[in-house]
Amino acid sequence: MAEAATARPRALPVGPTRDYGVGRGGMFALIATEAALFGYLLFSYYYTGASARGPWVLEGHPSLKLALPNTIILILSSVAIWWAERATRRGERNRAVAGTGIAFALGIVFAAIQGFEWAAKTYGVGASSYASLYYVTTGLHMAHVLVGIVVLAMLFLWTLLGYFSPTRRIVFTNGSYYWHFVDVVWLFVFWTYYITPYLGFGQ
Amino acid sequence: MTPPAPAAAAAPPVLRTPEVADVTPDLRERLQAIWETAPGVRGWLGSVDHKAIGIRYMVTAWVLLALGGVEALVMRLQLAGPDLTLLSPEQYNQLFSTHGMTMIFLYASPILSGFSNYLWPLLLGSRDMAFPRLNALSYWIYLASALFLYGGVLVGAAPNDGWFNYPPYAERAYNPGINQDVYALGMILLGISTSVGAANFIVTLFKTRAPGMSINRVPIIVWGTTTASFANLLFVPAVSLAFFLLWMDRQFGTQFFKPAAGGQPLLWQHLFWMFGHPWVYAIVLPAMGMVSDGLPVFCRRPLVGYAAVALGTVSTMMLGFGVWVHHMFATGLPGLSLSFFSSASILITVPSAIAVFAWIATIWLGRPVITTAFLFFASMILLFVIGGVSGFMTASVPVDWQLTDTYWVVAHLHYVLIGINVFPVVGATYMWFPKFTGRLMDERLGRWNFWTMFIGFNLGFLPMHLIGLWGMPRRIYTYPASMGVGVLNMVTTIGSFLFAIGILLFFWNVLKSRRSGAVAGPNPWDAYSLEWSVSSPPPPYNFAVIPTIASRHPLWEDRLQESDERSNLDQGLLLDHGKETLATTPLDAEPDRILRMPGDTMLPFFLAVALTILFTGLLLHNWWVAALGALLGAFDLIGWFWPRRKLFEREPAHG
Repeated sequence: MAEAATARPRALPVGPTRDYGVGRGGMFALIATEAALFGYLLFSYYYTGASARGPWVLEGHPSLKLALPNTIILILSSVAIWWAERATRRGERNRAVAGTGIAFALGIVFAAIQGFEWAAKTYGVGASSYASLYYVTTGLHMAHVLVGIVVLAMLFLWTLLGYFSPTRRIVFTNGSYYWHFVDVVWLFVFWTYYITPYLGFGQ
Repeated sequence: MTPPAPAAAAAPPVLRTPEVADVTPDLRERLQAIWETAPGVRGWLGSVDHKAIGIRYMVTAWVLLALGGVEALVMRLQLAGPDLTLLSPEQYNQLFSTHGMTMIFLYASPILSGFSNYLWPLLLGSRDMAFPRLNALSYWIYLASALFLYGGVLVGAAPNDGWFNYPPYAERAYNPGINQDVYALGMILLGISTSVGAANFIVTLFKTRAPGMSINRVPIIVWGTTTASFANLLFVPAVSLAFFLLWMDRQFGTQFFKPAAGGQPLLWQHLFWMFGHPWVYAIVLPAMGMVSDGLPVFCRRPLVGYAAVALGTVSTMMLGFGVWVHHMFATGLPGLSLSFFSSASILITVPSAIAVFAWIATIWLGRPVITTAFLFFASMILLFVIGGVSGFMTASVPVDWQLTDTYWVVAHLHYVLIGINVFPVVGATYMWFPKFTGRLMDERLGRWNFWTMFIGFNLGFLPMHLIGLWGMPRRIYTYPASMGVGVLNMVTTIGSFLFAIGILLFFWNVLKSRRSGAVAGPNPWDAYSLEWSVSSPPPPYNFAVIPTIASRHPLWEDRLQESDERSNLDQGLLLDHGKETLATTPLDAEPDRILRMPGDTMLPFFLAVALTILFTGLLLHNWWVAALGALLGAFDLIGWFWPRRKLFEREPAHG
């Protein structure tokens, strides 16, 4: 005799709880496609550099005077949002507000210093394929930083309004993932444009 | 589970045990009120119902198919005989480029998104896609990009460098109009639509299947669309980036593709084909899925080799990641690279052949009922083999050097795209039209439709192989009589017009049957999958209770007697506390969570409008307009992500 299968689940969470919910998958998908975008940008750099004849990079030893501290600032910003997210998990609203505020401020500092970095360059976007790649890659990264800064500002506001609790906080957690992504991508950009020339790439 | 925070005393319960209930008229009435789209313009622009969005996708894609078809017919008139002057070379350039752009980007993929959007939640036993608002956004941006690109066509600024648009000809020095800028920006816009759609399909597959529908029980079309979506998510950025770099080259003096300042024209080809080749699989794998799911219905038996076909689908795409250079065999790359990509391109025939043998075996071992849908599905196998073999031949480097840029390639790609996309899509329309509209399509007209298309297509494109072997180059607006290809070109022109008449018969049948077709009932084909268990057309909530699935063929279980367990479609989880559906675990589909679904909203529509303003500003170098678009878009997104109580994204206590 055939028997009808019927799911009789235990108590199920309703709506997004903690880290979980469909929004998490959506954020991972966004990060995957954005990571691919930067992957193609870096591919373009290595491909164009490797197939060029003669010295290709315009600065054999790019100055790290601004870029290295700026990289550290961005990493610190990531640490701050991680700390704020942990506070949100534990329901410590004041720490969450503080951490988000610090991450936001460091993000702004990063953007400002990157502006000085661009201003200090002796070549424009059209000087060579290397120059074009440099400006467009760091520029697209900056576009993501600006979006991230708006995200951090909104998380700051929403935390201040007391929207999040340890259970209902997927929006905060997802926003922090986005900011971590923006920071991690920068490490690849930094390695490519500031470190590989020292290792002899494109010389 | 974490208990709710003390501050949130008024919060709704975090946990709920859903009741198991029978379907009652009263329940249907309540769900109807919750899920129904409001009447009027607001409801129309704000609907997030996957069925409405699916139909819009299909109708828009068919309109674009018709436009692309007319462009092709005009070209065929120009090529009907030697030395004709119906079109100027520039007009011809614009026509063949627009034809390619339309068919490949604006028809072939969106039509499949349309079917998948409509069918997925019904096939999977869910009430909507995982992200209904994103679904609406994906459609509105698709429409916006089609209008944007065709706006260029209307003002005489259509793309004119072929659909794959190689520099240096696409660069401003050789191409000073705004043609290429419209194409570049329009493609970036379309890329957003494709990417968000892909993300939606992936999360939907992994999260919103009915309980019991483990990953090895999902229909093959779901495998096809999922595979295509993974590819789109990872490869669309390549082409968006390529078009962005091209636009920068043209408008801001960058040097990406200009050799004089160290740029690399071949970089375009790499980026384009890293996307372009997986894209070919993305626009055929879901259509192959239609055949894999459709043939068994009309052969009255399950698909032979389900697991092999499903894994073949995935492995086609994995191999497909590593074959892009076969579009570049003639560009002077090193021999090692040619060998690698040649062998990968030959290897990829294996998973494709698995599907072909599975289909043939399904027909062989079944008792086919010859309907129009069956004819389209079965004929696709033949066209697939022809297109596959002609493609497989060019996987060999020396053969490719002989055939590249000849009409052989044109014949090949039309066998692939018409054979493996248009034929299954028309077949799928005959099959699922009753589900969409509640009415059957006319079978007698269907036979005329099929045979006209089938004969017209083969008459048009089979001789084209010979034209190519004889050396006629593609993308040339005319040819001299001394080439000796005039007769065959005339045959091709006649065939293509016959094919077009077939497409017209199809459109005619759709329009006619919509009003006067025989009433279908829920399951006119006596098919096996879940969508046939609900009324035609389905109610806005799809399933009154969430069904529990026990096999791959829920409606054929009594017949197949594969086990003692039966799927339960009449009794299931009752989710009626607002707009809700069930989330399940990714592999085993165990109940995992109750999802709160967003209601209808105009936010996706306005975001698409804002992006159109942004891209129009960029095109015209009007930075104020661009800034306005960006700002509107940013506000829209903030509104979109604003945590909502209704979706349980935040606590209600404060603010």
